[in-house]
Amino acid sequence: MEESQVMHYVLMFIGAVFVNNIVLAQFLGQCPYIGCSKEKHVAIGMGAAVCFVCVLSTAITWIVQKKMLDPFDLGYLQTIVFILVIAALVQFVEMFLKKVSPPLYKSLGIFLPLITTNCCVLGLAILVQREEYGLGEALFYSFSASAGFLLALVLMAAIRERFALCRTPRALQGIPLGLIMAGLMSLCFMAFKGMIS
Amino acid sequence: MIASSVLTLLGIGSSAAVVLAVASRLLKVEENPKVELVLDALPGANCGGCGFAGCEAYAVAVVVNEDLPANLCSVGGPAVAAKVGELSGKAVVAGEPMVAFRRCSRVEGEVRARFEYVGTQTCASAAMLEGGPYMCAWACLGLGDCIRACPFDAMYIANGMVEILPSKCMSCGQCIKVCPRSITQLLPRRARVMVHCSTREKMKSVSEVCAVGCINCLKCLKSCPAEAIRYEQGRIEINHEACLAYGSACEERCVSSCPRGIMRHHSPVPKAEMPDLDSLDTDASMERGMVEPEAAASRPMQAEADTKSDKESER
Repeated sequence: MEESQVMHYVLMFIGAVFVNNIVLAQFLGQCPYIGCSKEKHVAIGMGAAVCFVCVLSTAITWIVQKKMLDPFDLGYLQTIVFILVIAALVQFVEMFLKKVSPPLYKSLGIFLPLITTNCCVLGLAILVQREEYGLGEALFYSFSASAGFLLALVLMAAIRERFALCRTPRALQGIPLGLIMAGLMSLCFMAFKGMIS
Repeated sequence: MIASSVLTLLGIGSSAAVVLAVASRLLKVEENPKVELVLDALPGANCGGCGFAGCEAYAVAVVVNEDLPANLCSVGGPAVAAKVGELSGKAVVAGEPMVAFRRCSRVEGEVRARFEYVGTQTCASAAMLEGGPYMCAWACLGLGDCIRACPFDAMYIANGMVEILPSKCMSCGQCIKVCPRSITQLLPRRARVMVHCSTREKMKSVSEVCAVGCINCLKCLKSCPAEAIRYEQGRIEINHEACLAYGSACEERCVSSCPRGIMRHHSPVPKAEMPDLDSLDTDASMERGMVEPEAAASRPMQAEADTKSDKESER
């Protein structure tokens, strides 16, 4: 691989994880970000499941887009077709994991139904098409973006674990403080803006 | 345009349906049908009292492992043990109904605080700081780690000490695991006597800090005709089995002989709350945990309100 190409991938990774973080800068996947960030091990499980599903669904939807929607001029059906394909895929993966790898199913299984129609997964599949990436680039981008999701989720969980031990005003306990923290973290990540144009 | 969209979606949808239908056949995981039956028979409280991660883990283990006894579920009691035993093909031995007990009388003994603890309000962190905020290292810290651990709301704080509602206690033992002082214990509901102190300190250091602490005089031990009382690792332990077997003929000499007044009759369990070994079914045993005399229900609420207002005024 040429050096410029390596640089391209490195920049893509940094861009997806820090600059255009899918949760903190593009505000996709807020639901698991707030819902699954109470404990670190749950956050890691959720993040890993999203990572796994994102890469897989990006691969499938990329093929669907290029081999089915584009040749037949069905681009306007993109959203609904992607939802359908991703939902079916996640169901299939759940069954497959249950049969083939019970330990993996135990650690990821409970999260899989939760992210069937997660907008982070769907958003990545569509973003990849909008940026007109090739298959390799698309897979790498969705892996990086979901790694960014994992990072945001784990950071949030770590902060909320600390907060569980603090005396906080009763009105702010739980979700309210979580939302305030989410806002502050988002502001922090704004500092990366402009690092990579 | 409409026709092509409908056809496309129909095509994708039905092919996905076919794939999933075939996959669900091919990838079906064979589960032992007994596991589900056993799981249905268990109360589903997921309290971990049996020593497994939850009801499902115990159901799997009891079906797979032939040596695992069927009576580990303390919540369901004998009725569930009978059902589980029947389903998993094991002989059923009914377990003795137990209840949790707080083995400390800190308030009564007027144990003073060594310093005012203002850190994180959990017993675990209070216990770590300089041996805890009280003069006695075995005193109930009253910050309620056990209350948060209790899956059945059977505990509450009154007067700075943890109290246990025997009517709600399912003897799952979660409170025992979290207590940094190990002063909660399980004892048989039928137990006749109990020591209300868990210190392992020597006589002098106990009598200096607590008016009713156990001073290891061993008078109870000497007075017991059943030899059910032992002195173990610096404190008095009672063998309730031997005590119950001997019966009331001793007239509880240990209680009258205790100079500190902490060997006491165990508060008798009302008849209605004693699980009936023969005629109990699962539903009834679950109700036993839910239904509760009004007096008992209002008491913890009151106590909680009191402690809350105390905290407020402290601030």
